[in-house]
Amino acid sequence: MNPFRFLLEKSWQQQTVSGIPEGGEFTTSPYKVALLFFLAVVTVMFGLFITAYFVRMELDDWRPMPESPLLWLNTALLFLSSITLQWTHNVLKKEHFKKFKIGLVLGALLTVGFVYGQVTVWGQMQGEGYFLYNNPANAFFYVLTGIHAIHILGGLFVWTKTIVKYWSGAELEDLKLSTELCALYWHFLLLVWLVLFALISYT
Amino acid sequence: MTYIPIADQPNELHDPHTFISKYVWSQDHKVIAIQYGSVAIFVGLVALFLSALMRLQLGYPDTFSFIDPADYYQFVTMHGMIMVVYLLTALFLGGFGNYLIPLQIGARDMVFPYLNMLSFWFYLLSVIILMASFFVSGGPTGAGWTLYPPQAILRGTPGADMGIVLMLASLAVFIVAFTMGGLNYVTTVLQARTHGMTMMRLPLSVWGIFVATILGLFAFPALFVSAIMMTFDKLIGTSFFMPAIVSLGENLNTAGGSPVLFQHLFWFFGHPEVYIVALPAFGLVSDVLSCHARKNIFGYRMMVWAIVIIGALSFIVWAHHMYVSGMNPYFGFFFAFTTLIIAVPTAIKVYNWVLTLWEGNIRLTVPMLFAIGFIFTFLHGGLTGIFLGNVTVDLPLSDTYFVVAHFHMVMGVSPVLVLYAALYHWFPKMSGKMFNVTLGKIHFWATFLGTYAIYLPMHYLGFLGVPRRYYAMGNTDFIPDSAQALNANITQAAIFVGIMQFVFIFNIIWSLKYGKKSDPNPWEATSLEWQTPDNPPVHGNWGEKLPVVYRWAYEYSVPGAKDDFIPQSIAPEDVVMEEGAGKYVDRSEEH
Amino acid sequence: MPIIIVLVLLIIATLLFHFLSPWWFTPIASNWTGIDLTIEITFWVTGAVFIALNLFMAYCIYKYRYSKNRRSKYEPENKKLEIWLTSVTAIGVAALLTPGLFVWADFVNVPEDAHEVEVVGQQWQWSYRYPGADGLLGAADASNISAVNPFGMDPDDPYGQDDILVSGKDMHLPIDRPVKVLLRSKDVLHDYAVAQFRVKMDMVPGSVSYMWLTPTLAGSYDILCEELCGLGHFVMRGTVIVEDEESYNNWLDSQMTYAELNAQAVGNPQVGQALYAVCSACHGANGEGIEALNAPRLSGLEPWYIKRQINYYKTGVRGDENDVIGMTMSPMAAVLADDAAINNVAAYIETLPESSAPLTVTGDVANGRALYEPTCGVCHSEDGEGIWAVNAPALAGMSDWYLVRQLQNFKSGVRGAHREDQFGFQMIGMATALKDDEAINDVVSYINTLR
Repeated sequence: MNPFRFLLEKSWQQQTVSGIPEGGEFTTSPYKVALLFFLAVVTVMFGLFITAYFVRMELDDWRPMPESPLLWLNTALLFLSSITLQWTHNVLKKEHFKKFKIGLVLGALLTVGFVYGQVTVWGQMQGEGYFLYNNPANAFFYVLTGIHAIHILGGLFVWTKTIVKYWSGAELEDLKLSTELCALYWHFLLLVWLVLFALISYT
Repeated sequence: MTYIPIADQPNELHDPHTFISKYVWSQDHKVIAIQYGSVAIFVGLVALFLSALMRLQLGYPDTFSFIDPADYYQFVTMHGMIMVVYLLTALFLGGFGNYLIPLQIGARDMVFPYLNMLSFWFYLLSVIILMASFFVSGGPTGAGWTLYPPQAILRGTPGADMGIVLMLASLAVFIVAFTMGGLNYVTTVLQARTHGMTMMRLPLSVWGIFVATILGLFAFPALFVSAIMMTFDKLIGTSFFMPAIVSLGENLNTAGGSPVLFQHLFWFFGHPEVYIVALPAFGLVSDVLSCHARKNIFGYRMMVWAIVIIGALSFIVWAHHMYVSGMNPYFGFFFAFTTLIIAVPTAIKVYNWVLTLWEGNIRLTVPMLFAIGFIFTFLHGGLTGIFLGNVTVDLPLSDTYFVVAHFHMVMGVSPVLVLYAALYHWFPKMSGKMFNVTLGKIHFWATFLGTYAIYLPMHYLGFLGVPRRYYAMGNTDFIPDSAQALNANITQAAIFVGIMQFVFIFNIIWSLKYGKKSDPNPWEATSLEWQTPDNPPVHGNWGEKLPVVYRWAYEYSVPGAKDDFIPQSIAPEDVVMEEGAGKYVDRSEEH
Repeated sequence: MPIIIVLVLLIIATLLFHFLSPWWFTPIASNWTGIDLTIEITFWVTGAVFIALNLFMAYCIYKYRYSKNRRSKYEPENKKLEIWLTSVTAIGVAALLTPGLFVWADFVNVPEDAHEVEVVGQQWQWSYRYPGADGLLGAADASNISAVNPFGMDPDDPYGQDDILVSGKDMHLPIDRPVKVLLRSKDVLHDYAVAQFRVKMDMVPGSVSYMWLTPTLAGSYDILCEELCGLGHFVMRGTVIVEDEESYNNWLDSQMTYAELNAQAVGNPQVGQALYAVCSACHGANGEGIEALNAPRLSGLEPWYIKRQINYYKTGVRGDENDVIGMTMSPMAAVLADDAAINNVAAYIETLPESSAPLTVTGDVANGRALYEPTCGVCHSEDGEGIWAVNAPALAGMSDWYLVRQLQNFKSGVRGAHREDQFGFQMIGMATALKDDEAINDVVSYINTLR
C-alpha cells in the first residue's frame, strides 16, 4: 500500500462527494497528530545535537567525561515511569479508576525522581570539577541532559492538565486520550534518553 | 472511533463578546492572521527603513554623518534577519497561513485556537526582544544575518555584547512561536478538512503553506540548536564553535571548536528557509493567476508534486551556501548536483504558470499584475540561482553583489510581489471593502520597475567583483568610479521604491475607511473562502452548516457552463448550464 | 496593455544593459579560464530561457487578454507537454552542470608541482608566510601568538626556522607557476579573494583551507576580504604582485626568515639617547611635542609605531610634496642611517616620561564618544592605549592638534594613500565615518578625555 497514492488523484475528474468519507471523520485525534509531529520535531532537534556531538567529538580537544553510576539509577526511574504510565493507560481503558489514580501519581513521582537524579548528577560533576566550560564533552553533557529535562518538565505540565481534567470530571474519552498521549510522550523521552545515555557512555 | 474536528464543535468556539477578547486575546484565526500580518508589516517597514539607510551610505559614502561602520553593519544584519524571518516567514505562514487554511479547507477555525493565539503572542514577544536590541548598549548585532561565529560573539563586531544575545533569544522565542503555529497549521490541514475536501482538491495556496510549514518545523530546530550552542559559547565560555583564537591581540584561551559546524547547522535551517518563504508564494500566486486568467491552474498534480519534491530536496542542498567556506571541497560535487536538480521542478512551476496564461482569458487586475510581475522577477532570480548553484561559477561570484542581487530578486522582490498580489486579491474578503485600483496600479508599476532598476545593475557590480558587506569601497585597482555612480543610481531607485510602498499603506487604510463595499466574491473565484455566508466572514466562518466540497479548486471556464467559474461547494446538479449544452456531468470518462 | 509593452521593453532594456554595461569581469590573470567559459555557457543558456519565456508570457497576455465573448480553454493537464518540458529542462540543467563539475574537479585536485604559500588573516590585516630553503612550512598555531611571534610559529619546529615571514600587505607570486595557497586565520572567518584570479576561499580559524591557481598575467591586484569579519571588514585589503621568476626571487631574498627576525638586535636606549638630540630640537627634550613647531608628542608611542613612521619618512611614503608639514620630517629621518639607529631611537623614546600633551581642541565630547567607541575604539582600544596586534598606535594623551591634522590628512588622502603605506589606507577607509571637521573635533575632544 503506497501512502502517497492520494497524490495521484485526478481531482478534476470526479465531481461528487460519493466515496469520500464524511467531513471530519478522521480516525486519529488531532491531538495525537499534533503530538506525533511535535515528536518528529524534537527528534530532528536531538538528531542535530547528536550530529554536532559527533562532529565536535572528532576534534582534538575532546576529553570524555567520567560516567556517574547514578545515571543508571536515573535510567531505571525513567524506565519505570514510562512503564507505569503505560499501565495507567491500560487500566483506564478498563475503567479501573483507583488504579488509574495510583498509576498517574506514581508515574509522576518516578519522573520527578529522574529529574532530581539528573540534577544531583550535575551537582556531583560540578563538585568533581567538570564544569560546562571546561571541555566540549562536558558542555554537550549538560546541554543534552538539560534540554531533555526541560522536555520532561513540559511533559509534567501536560500531566498536570490530565490530573486536573480527572478532578474536574472530564469525559472518559478525553481522559483516555490525555493518558495515552502522556504515555506516548514518556516512551519517546525514554527512548531519547536511552540514545543520549548510550552516546554519553560509549564515547 | 472517529473524532469530530474540534473546530466543528460549536462549544469549543468561545464566541467573544468584549473588545479585548475579540481583537486582543482573540482565538479567531482571522483576527490572529491580521495581528500576525500587521506586526510583520510593521517590522518589515523598520527593515525597509534600515535598507534605505544602508543604501544612502553605499550610494553617497561621504555624506551622512549618522552612519558609521558599526551602524552600517548593524543595519545590514537587522535588515536581513527581519526581512527573512520576522517579515516573510511570519507574514506568509502566520498571516496568510492563518487566514487561508481554515477558510480554504472549509473549517471553522484552526484545530487548536488557544495554541494559535499563544503562537501570535510569542511571535510578538520575539519581535519586542529583537527591537529591544536597538536600545541596549552597543546596539544590535552587526554580525550579518548569518551570525557566523566566532565573529558574531567577538569584540571586533558591533553589538557583540548584548545585541547578539538578544538576537539569539529572539530567534529562540520565534522558533517556539513558529512551532506552536506550525503544529496547528499541519494538523488543521490534515484533520479539519470539510466533507469532500480531499488533499488533491486543496487549492495550491494550502499546499504551499502546508509543505512550507512542515519544512519550517523540521528546519527551525537546526537554528534553535545552533542558537543555543552559540549562546553558551558567548555567555558561559564553552567552545562548541570556538577554535584557538587571538582576537585583537588577546588570546581567548578557547580551543578546538568548529566554526564550519555552525555554518552547516545554520544552512541546514537556512536553505529550507528559502523555501519556507517560496513555497507559500508559489501556492498563493498559482491561485491568483488561475483565478484572474479564468483558467484552471495548468498541471495541478504536477504543481503539487513539484511543491513536495522541492520541499524534500531543500534539505539536501544546504551546503551550496558554503562552497567557499573552507569545508571539504569534495562536498561541492554532491551539493552542486542536488542543487541543480531542484531547478527542474522549479522550472516546471514557472512553465505551468505561463501555460496557465496560455489560452486563458486574462483579466489584468491589480493582483494579476503583481502575479505577472512575480513570474518575471522569479524567472530572473531563478536563473541567476543556476549560476550560484553551479559550484564552479560560484567561485568568482560568491560574496559579491551578484549574490545580493540574486537573493533579493528571488527571495526579496518575488515573494514580496506575491504578498502584494495576495493582499490585493484577498483584501476584499478580509475587509469587505474594495481597494482603490488606481493607487494599486501606481503601486505595482513603482514596485515592479523600481526593484528591477535596483537589482539588475547590481548583478553587474557582482560580475565586476564588487564585494558585498562593504561600508565603503575606497580605492581599488579594478573598480572604476562609474561603479560608484551606479551605486548612487541604485540608491535613488531604492529610495523611490521605499517611498512608494506608502502608497500601499495609504491605500489599505483609506480603503478600510472609505472603500466601496465589495461583493462577497468580487473576482468570481471558485475556492471556498469566497463562498462564506458573511463578508467578511465572521467568527466560525460558515454559519450553521459546513460547506461540502464537490470538486477541485480550479473549475474555471468549463465548456457549456453558464458562468466561467464553478465554486467548489456547488452541488453538480445545481450548476447552471447554457441552453443546449447538456448536463454538467462527471467527466471522468472523457479523460 | 501597458504590461505587455513593459515586459518587452524590460527584455530589451536588460539586453541593452548587458551589452553596453562597462561593468564586467576583470581581465583574467590566472589559469581559471574554465570558470569564465562555464559562466559564458550559463549566460547564453539562461539568457535564452529568460528571453523566450518572457516573450512567450507577453504574447500570452496579449493574445488572451480578457474578452466577454471568449472562454479559456479547459485543460487540467497535458502530460505529453509536461514530460517533454521536464526532459528538456533536465537536459539543459545537466548541460550547465557538467562543465562546471569538470572545472571543480580541477580545482579540488592541486597539481603535484605546486609550490606552497601561506596567507594568514586576522582582523583586519593580511600577512604571508613562504617556506624557506627547505621548501616546507613549519608548524604554527594561534595559541603561540604573541607580540614577538605574530605568526604563532612553533619555536621548536626546525622546519619553521627558515620560513619567510612577510607582515606587510603585499604578497608576491611568480608568474606561470602553480601555487597552492594555504589559508589560515588567527581570529574569525575571512576570505581570500582576488577578482582577477576568479577563485576565492574562506579562511577558518582552527583549520587550514586551501586553493590553487597559476598566475598568468603579471601585474598587481587587490586582495579583498570577502567574508564579513567585523567592523574593519571593508578595509581588510592587500595586494598580490605577480612577477617574473627573477623579480620574485629577488623579493623573496630580501625578506627576513623567522630565525633572522628572532635574532634581530633589541634597540639600545643609551645609544638612542645621543641620536635623539636631533629630534629633541622640535619634539622637546622629553618628547612632549611643541605645537608651534608642528612637532607632535612622541613619548608614549610604541617602538613599532615609531620605527614604521621613521621608515616611511625616510622612504618618502610619508612627507611627499602634498604633505607640506610632513616634508620637514623627511630630512630629519634621513639622519638615522640604518635600522639599528632607528631601533635605538625608538627604544629611547620608550623610556621617556609619559606626560600628556596640552589640550587645544574642543568639541562635543558626547558625540565624539559615540563616534569613537564603536569605530576607532575597536582597534585603538576603548581607552585609547592602542593595540599592537592590529598595528594601531596609542592615541590617549597625544597632541590633539596633531590628531586632528592627521585625520584631515587621511580624509584628504595626504596621508595613507601611498601604495607602500601598509595600514594608512585602513585609516582612509575608517575616516569616511567622520564626515566633516566638526566630527573630527568631536572625536579628538573625546580622545582628550582618555588620559
